[in-house]
Amino acid sequence: MARMRMKKLEEFLSGVDGFEKPKILLEQYPTPPHIASCVLYNVQAQYFDLEDKLVGDLGCGCGMLSIGSFLLGAQLTIGFELDPDAIDIFRNNVTEMEIPAIDCVQTNVLELTGSKWENAFDTIVTNPPFGTKHNAGMDMKFVETGIHLATGAVYSLHKTSTRDYIHKKSKDWKVKGEVVAQLNYNIDNSYKFHKSKSVDIEVDFWRFDVTEKEL
Amino acid sequence: MKLSTYNFLTSKAIKGVKVGYPLKLTIAKKDVVETEFNPTFIERLLPKLDWNTVYLAAQTVDLADDIPQEQPAAVADNEELLQRLHHLLLEIDVLEGQLECPETGRVFPITDGIPNMLLNEDEV
Repeated sequence: MARMRMKKLEEFLSGVDGFEKPKILLEQYPTPPHIASCVLYNVQAQYFDLEDKLVGDLGCGCGMLSIGSFLLGAQLTIGFELDPDAIDIFRNNVTEMEIPAIDCVQTNVLELTGSKWENAFDTIVTNPPFGTKHNAGMDMKFVETGIHLATGAVYSLHKTSTRDYIHKKSKDWKVKGEVVAQLNYNIDNSYKFHKSKSVDIEVDFWRFDVTEKEL
Repeated sequence: MKLSTYNFLTSKAIKGVKVGYPLKLTIAKKDVVETEFNPTFIERLLPKLDWNTVYLAAQTVDLADDIPQEQPAAVADNEELLQRLHHLLLEIDVLEGQLECPETGRVFPITDGIPNMLLNEDEV
């Protein structure tokens, strides 16, 4: 597929349905189409990590990143998700948009390390739970799983406030971690405890080169 | 569920299960979805797959005549085989069916094309 322009990608991704009732325990924030298109466009345009690749999407939710990967030329994208409600929406999105090259497996992402999925993928994309509240460290567990599963690169989103910590972890894992861009992640008033109507969170878009990983 | 995805699935996460592979695939409903043929992709995918399970999948969908039982040493020049593998691994979509753990008989349902590999707390 010829490379799609970022604007066009965002238009397509605006048609992807998000969570009906986000679950606080799973920290379900939808990936906004603008963020998803900006991230994925750069994964392809700067690093050529989508076109013709086998791509895994950890915690794929409603499928925003999986569908975007397909639109940018991934040969096969496999999403992994725990939550049956998110999977229902994922299924509808993929069916409605008539996307032939996306699969989804209902499973616990944290159980994938040590399985046959190790080193199965060229590229892993993930918008993990940010790892706040009851979920401390969850974002890094997703990245660590991604590093196990990928042979090329892992792309992930993290709160900017955790940047130093992630640099340190990258060194421990012998992966080259770099912040590709800093983004403003606008989160609508998804949960009752959010007082204001919407919140802007500063988020880093990371790339981890895993070709020399040591895990 | 594509048959390439099937090749990676195990029931090893179940407590007490040693290998949990290959899972026994039963298909109640399947579809064929045409996707772009990319010989290089198939060539790069093959070393990641378990060939016995590729062949097992071919038997399950009655395509065993298309696929050699033993993994061929080189496939790069065999465009016809790569085409067949592309069809088998990327175009056949299992919509309804089940996967069964070879050691415990635990069944994982495939519903609307998505296998549910989740385990209950008392199983892990």
